Amino acid sequence: MRLTYLAPLIVFVLIGLGLAVGLTLNPREIPSALIGKPVPDFSLPPVVEGGQGLSSADLRAGDGPSLVNVFASWCVPCRVEHPLIMALAREGIAPVHGLNYKDKPADVAKWLDQLGNPFARTGADRDGRVGIDWGVYGVPETFVVDGAGRIVCKHVGPLMQWDVDNKIRPLLDDLKAGRASSVKC
Amino acid sequence: MAGELGHIALILALALALVQGVLPVIGAARGIPGWIALAPGAAFGQAALVAFAFGCLTYAYVTSDFSVLNVAENSHTLKPLLYKISGVWGNHEGSLLLWILILSIFGAAVALFGGNLPAALKARVLGVQGLIAVGFLSFILFTSNPFSRLLPPPLEGRGLNPLLQDPGLAFHPPFLYLGYVGFSVAFSFAVAALLEGRVDPAWARWVRPWTLAAWCFLTIGIALGSWWAYYELGWGGWWFWDPVENASFMPWLAGTALLHSAIVVEKRDTLKSWTVLLAILTFSLSLLGTFLVRSGVINSVHAFATDPTRGVFILIFLAVVVGGSLLLYALRAPALQAVGVFAPVSREGALVLNNLLLAVGAAAVLLGTLYPLALDAVSGAKVSVGPQYFNAVFVPLMAPLLAAVAVGPLLAWKRGDLAAAFARLLPAAATVVIGLLAALWLIDGRSLLALLGIALGLWLTVGALCELGLRIKLFGAPLGDSLRRARGLPRAAWGMTVAHFGVGLLVLGITVSGTWQVEVQRIMKPGEIAAVGPVQYRFAGVSPIKGPNYTALQGRFEVIEGGRVTQLLTPAQRRYLQPPMETTEAAIRPSPVADLYAVLGEGDEQRGWAVRLYWKPLVSWIWLGALGMAFGGFLSLSDRRHRVGAPAGRRAAAPVAAE
Repeated sequence: MRLTYLAPLIVFVLIGLGLAVGLTLNPREIPSALIGKPVPDFSLPPVVEGGQGLSSADLRAGDGPSLVNVFASWCVPCRVEHPLIMALAREGIAPVHGLNYKDKPADVAKWLDQLGNPFARTGADRDGRVGIDWGVYGVPETFVVDGAGRIVCKHVGPLMQWDVDNKIRPLLDDLKAGRASSVKC
Repeated sequence: MAGELGHIALILALALALVQGVLPVIGAARGIPGWIALAPGAAFGQAALVAFAFGCLTYAYVTSDFSVLNVAENSHTLKPLLYKISGVWGNHEGSLLLWILILSIFGAAVALFGGNLPAALKARVLGVQGLIAVGFLSFILFTSNPFSRLLPPPLEGRGLNPLLQDPGLAFHPPFLYLGYVGFSVAFSFAVAALLEGRVDPAWARWVRPWTLAAWCFLTIGIALGSWWAYYELGWGGWWFWDPVENASFMPWLAGTALLHSAIVVEKRDTLKSWTVLLAILTFSLSLLGTFLVRSGVINSVHAFATDPTRGVFILIFLAVVVGGSLLLYALRAPALQAVGVFAPVSREGALVLNNLLLAVGAAAVLLGTLYPLALDAVSGAKVSVGPQYFNAVFVPLMAPLLAAVAVGPLLAWKRGDLAAAFARLLPAAATVVIGLLAALWLIDGRSLLALLGIALGLWLTVGALCELGLRIKLFGAPLGDSLRRARGLPRAAWGMTVAHFGVGLLVLGITVSGTWQVEVQRIMKPGEIAAVGPVQYRFAGVSPIKGPNYTALQGRFEVIEGGRVTQLLTPAQRRYLQPPMETTEAAIRPSPVADLYAVLGEGDEQRGWAVRLYWKPLVSWIWLGALGMAFGGFLSLSDRRHRVGAPAGRRAAAPVAAE
């Protein structure tokens, strides 16, 4: 058997191995360029009258890590993850803030009324400009921000129980304990 | 009920495919006539069962039977009938069933038309077809059952993605699959030949029509897809080097090479192991395309919704089919001895050059498609490979290939005379010079690439005509004589001329539309006029309209050419009801000279509307050229040499010798 006749097989085996590894990866997971960077400067009014608005100062206040959940009343996956966000807020391991993306005040008020309001603070990003600064390209997205106001992690798409148990909660625990985290974002 | 019957038919088809894949192959190896004879019947039965299952699914779609999960997820009662039917293959499960249907039809066609094949070879070919069918039928039954029920059934379906509700896309997948799957026949012939350990001109004569048919269908399929992208996506482009586009382009490149190398095997009894390898690779690339589109390893605008178990299944299948056949190749191919020898400058030499460049081109596309995946696997970095890479790699590879296309057919077999060939191409060379001068005058500082494209396009089109002129002795003999010769020319010769001429049109279309296109993006208020190249668009306003399953805002643009309104273009923004989605409908006035193309964007009465307006010279030549290539292929396919098989070919002595 001459080697040249084996070459196609060898090339194919290499490609096949690559594809096998590729199957274990998620091409939709795009790392955020903002990881490790301070949150962008912004200041947003609250979504409901009388509520507390959200600004970069709140996130840099230094009272421990927090979560920023980008949501909208028109977004169906947001509805899916909402019970988990409620549970996280009730658990109280970190304040959960809401960044309400391109929404109408009446719609979001109704939405929070019906499903419950898990957010310590909310910011109404009516025209989506702050969303652009945060690199939001779809709702929902969830950011983990450390006490100094740096973005540590970004989750794209609805949070699932698995994500909370294996990513969000361990990361928050590590941040609170002040140790370097092995959680991959 | 239809759903269950369809499901049972698929299970029976799997059983029959197992019989077809195992017994005839063993029978051929051991010389058991009864087992050999099983193959055609099993192929017919399998085709009938799969066709029945496909009919069942189509029935469920047409009657909007939402108790079938697949129908509920992809159909809607308000959809027009055409899209209810095309909805059958507008999703993963249904398109897989279409794939299997075409596979089994090809198997049955081999059984039907393979009357002149030696019984053992036929049994082996059908056996390999059967094994491929086993893989795909298990895939659909175990991971992607299109007949799963949904209880309780919803009152209304979720609807088909509006982008897919389009005549171009309704027929794009069937043609594409006819191409992909058609190459399975060439693959089966290659594996059968390796099992037999014999490749000869007769083998090439049997393989070529199947390859040619598959290639024609794939050409049409790719052209339809690109046409769809051009007018439905509304981005103004027609090819994006998207991974899924590449998935169809790679088998096309390899298939084109196979088509040409099979000629060498047929005429000169050489290049055998290379041709067998190409047959294997062409179908392997088709399978790889399927894997890339359906497994979720790549992210693309039109990858199917994905599921990791499916990816694992296809990868294992790929490993068995491709790995197995390449192993067989490594074991058996060294025994295939070349008989004919030839000088580098000869028809064979030109075809080897063609093969080399096409194969490297396919490898380059493969590299560009898989590179992001490989990098992600190795380092976790996310990149995408864009048109810059493909243009940078592809142009230098294709330029010499295209230059050689005009010369190759003028070289003799065994030993050709390059100088004589060039002398005969003098008219083409003269046209190129004139064309270049004209282009230089028009080009004012535009790229060298455009000049190269123009030169190649003219060289190809006029070169193809030169070759035809020489064959029929145009200007060398009385006109009547030439016409008689033209009539007597074998269809295969006409096919080659038409196809090569089509390549020239394609190159000209790509070059001219890419270089001289005019694009205007601006905000327009009703009553305003925008100049776009040599024409003007007057924006007359926007009005709401209502379609069967959508509402739309329709813009009206009056096209002013030479001071007169010649055309009304009505691009629209459609808002579909189910699934709720907005699409942009570009308005296009196609013409052989220049397409006019208008897209209506966001806006309102006060602030005006964002619009994109184009003038695209010769862009329709791209599809015209592709259709010409496919038409040339079909012409060649209709040559009686292919129709009535090898021995009868001699009977058809044409008035003029072909070669």
